Amino acid sequence: MTRADPAQDAAPTRGGLLFDGAEWDFATVRRVYEAIERIACDELGLDVFPNQVEIISAEQMLDAYSSVGMPLMYAHWSYGKRFVRDEALYRRGYQALAYEIVINSNPCISYCMEENTMAMQTLVIAHAAFGHNHFFKNNYLFQQWTDPAGILDYLDFAKRYVASCEERHGLELVETTLDAAHALMGQGVFRYRRAAKLKLGDYERRLRERQEREAQDYCDLWRTVPSGAPARENSISEEEARERKRRLRLPEENLLYFLEKNSPTLRSWQRELLRIVRNLAQYFYPQRQTKLMNEGCATFVHYTIVNRLYEKGLISEGALMEILHSHANVVAQFDFDDPNFGGINPYALGFAMMQDIKRICVLPTAEDREWLPDIAGRQDWPAVLRDVWANYRDESFVRQFLSPYLMRKFRLFALSDKASESSYRVEAIHDSEGYRRVRSSLADSYDVGAGEPDIQVVDVDLLGDRELVLRHTSRKGVSLAETGREATLRHVRRLWGYDVRLEDAPAP
Amino acid sequence: MTAKRGAGGMAQFIDRRLNPRDKSLGNRQRFLRRTRAEVRRAVDKAVAERTIADAANGGAVSIPTDGVGEPQFHLSRDSGERERVLPGNKDFVAGDRIEKPKGGGGSGRRASDSGDGEDPFSFALSEAEFLDILFEDLELPDLVKASLKDVSQREFRRAGYTNDGATPNLAVLRTMRASMSRRLALRRPTAAGIEQLEAELAALRAETEPGVADQLRIAELYAEIERLKRLQRAIPFIDPIDVRYNRFTPTIVPRAKAVMFCLMDVSASMGEREKDLAKRFFILLHLFLKRKYARVDIVFIRHTHEAAEVDEQEFFYGRGTGGTAVSSALKTMIAVRDKRYPAADWNVYCAQASDGDNSASDTQVSVGLLREAILPQIQYYAYIEIADEDGGQRYGGGGDKDLWRGYAQLKPAAPNFALARVVGRDDIYPVLRELFAKPARKGAAQ
Repeated sequence: MTRADPAQDAAPTRGGLLFDGAEWDFATVRRVYEAIERIACDELGLDVFPNQVEIISAEQMLDAYSSVGMPLMYAHWSYGKRFVRDEALYRRGYQALAYEIVINSNPCISYCMEENTMAMQTLVIAHAAFGHNHFFKNNYLFQQWTDPAGILDYLDFAKRYVASCEERHGLELVETTLDAAHALMGQGVFRYRRAAKLKLGDYERRLRERQEREAQDYCDLWRTVPSGAPARENSISEEEARERKRRLRLPEENLLYFLEKNSPTLRSWQRELLRIVRNLAQYFYPQRQTKLMNEGCATFVHYTIVNRLYEKGLISEGALMEILHSHANVVAQFDFDDPNFGGINPYALGFAMMQDIKRICVLPTAEDREWLPDIAGRQDWPAVLRDVWANYRDESFVRQFLSPYLMRKFRLFALSDKASESSYRVEAIHDSEGYRRVRSSLADSYDVGAGEPDIQVVDVDLLGDRELVLRHTSRKGVSLAETGREATLRHVRRLWGYDVRLEDAPAP
Repeated sequence: MTAKRGAGGMAQFIDRRLNPRDKSLGNRQRFLRRTRAEVRRAVDKAVAERTIADAANGGAVSIPTDGVGEPQFHLSRDSGERERVLPGNKDFVAGDRIEKPKGGGGSGRRASDSGDGEDPFSFALSEAEFLDILFEDLELPDLVKASLKDVSQREFRRAGYTNDGATPNLAVLRTMRASMSRRLALRRPTAAGIEQLEAELAALRAETEPGVADQLRIAELYAEIERLKRLQRAIPFIDPIDVRYNRFTPTIVPRAKAVMFCLMDVSASMGEREKDLAKRFFILLHLFLKRKYARVDIVFIRHTHEAAEVDEQEFFYGRGTGGTAVSSALKTMIAVRDKRYPAADWNVYCAQASDGDNSASDTQVSVGLLREAILPQIQYYAYIEIADEDGGQRYGGGGDKDLWRGYAQLKPAAPNFALARVVGRDDIYPVLRELFAKPARKGAAQ
């Protein structure tokens, strides 16, 4: 912030508007970008990856949608399905397209639609190229689990690898393997154990080296040498089986990882496909855990920046109004009994919480000092927010920072739903007895791991028929849904090659 | 501007709008391949519901969700206990009970998650995709499929030469001509000229006792050959400025108008299957005409023992009763043609579908009409006899039907007359084969 003054003096457009009217061109976009960057870096202290802003058309946005928002992706029919669905919805006017898509990569790529007005491009750049970008670069989950510098190379590799498999082994076989792997994507991430950090950039080179080494070491003579194993087979005891089970590191929560490493029937290219799907699932896992914070951060950043642009006389009142209109749509929160209600809007709650933290820093009430003593009255709100963005995920963020003030503002209440009862029970509301229960209950609902079935590999009958045993551990008596259960199990069987049993274990 | 900003470094702005748009095409094709059977049923339904002129326009189709499900393990919604936090409390206090909505469904929110919706999955097929599936049934050869799907009315015609273009269009003669005139103008030494001097030099050096004049001449020749070779290197044989390419310009192909008469026997023996086959036959002819002519009119004439011009709805779905007199339809067709579609202005095509039953006397009348009044003034007349599904077994080894026998006599003298017996969809195309053969040959020759 010490640098703010000279930077402002250097601005060529000081006092004048950066743009006028709805039309945009590249020179204006660049000028606006620089003005935004000045505020983002100097006033908010954001720390971002280099930005790459790409202007795309509506069709290209549809393309990007269908490949889970990534600029390149391997081929699979399910992406085609998503495409035809989104296209139909879009063409019939049921669904508008997003203003932007941003990718956690270095450089950070954000897509802006060509249809956007200049005011909207301003909003989008502030939101994506600075808000999301800062979050990607600084949040601990992203730092631990993703490799933004390597992701695009890795996707490029994945795309070419899948294409070459299709060429060598046929579309059908590749499709069957990918279908099965996709079915297990939810069980294809490490949640607790920290894997070695992915070095996606080196990945292809390492794979090639491994294959070359195998090709060099291969000697057909070894095939003819009788192995010593069969003679001892009968004497393998239970004890040894248990030893082998230990060596398989059971139980294992990452089904895709287990199958990739231990399936007796998969070919090496199929294992590679499993690894690709697993790596992607892992890459997206931090995003699923930080949706509320990520959107809250980006929305707070764009809101703060456009207001500063207006204060500095860089954008007109009309442009500000247009941006705020769009902002208001994004952060709308419908009540639970409204027909439009679709859950808690992450933009609304996320933005409100960021604004609230700023308020608590600047103008704390006695209640805030009691509930959030660490940040109440610390005037340096940008630093506090930067610290929050770096060190929390949705679940811990809500548990730590949701203030009674906001719970009153959103009029939150906790509702329990027991299958055995014919009615819901209101457990807590926004009053002094209820604050803690509501906050903790809401925090729980942001725990991604808890919202998904806990399924682990617990046993393999290596001595007998090689049956694989999966165990679903239910929490609070919630069982697995019947829909999709058998079909998904069939996919597991296909990958394992032998029978697979899924048993239910009650929580201890 | 020179001060480097923060940690952001230099930002890049890239215009991607001109990049290829169909990135999803491969995935879309994979999706269609997977749902082939369902999509095909949907296309069949669309063909049955649409008019002939609209049949091939692509558009929305719906398929059941079964084939496109992506199963996963989910937690069930109606077991155990859970707690959620909702916004917008009005007057609840802790301990209040709220009745669950009837009909199960757990939380009472309308289920819209993928996987358990019963709504069919609906999406739009492009015209090309639609035609692909339609043609697959009809077993059209690839060349014909390609030419039918090509809706462009432009053709590339030779139009002189140009200085830039693609290598395959290189105009060798022109290039050599330009090269030659440039070489002449710049006095590039010819290979033959140099060879001559070299021969002279060799001859002089071969002499055992060269005189002074010879010595001088040798030195002169050395210098001259060196100079000429240098010149030859400096002036290339073919310079980029010599290169010429054949130039092609897109030309709008003149297209005239055509009328297509659809004639069908609607007596009771024509059932759903027969009409469906007939409809595909008419659609295919219409597609062909639409591609070739700027304007295509369709006239529907149905007949029992008497004929009438009707609209399409009536044509396919109306029911007539009575005997069968093919000649009545032919007479109506001639009347309509003479009144509204004079042969001087219109290309006339006629497609007739029938189960083949006709009285012997009327067949003679019909054959006479065709020979005298219709075939001389028509581009193409195609007749299909729709046989039973058992492939006409019921005739035994015995005779053809009357109409077939009568029409068959016409065939040798009339190249624009085609007839075939159709049992299934794959029999339809051969009837129109000759129609499609001509443009195909032309395409192949280019």
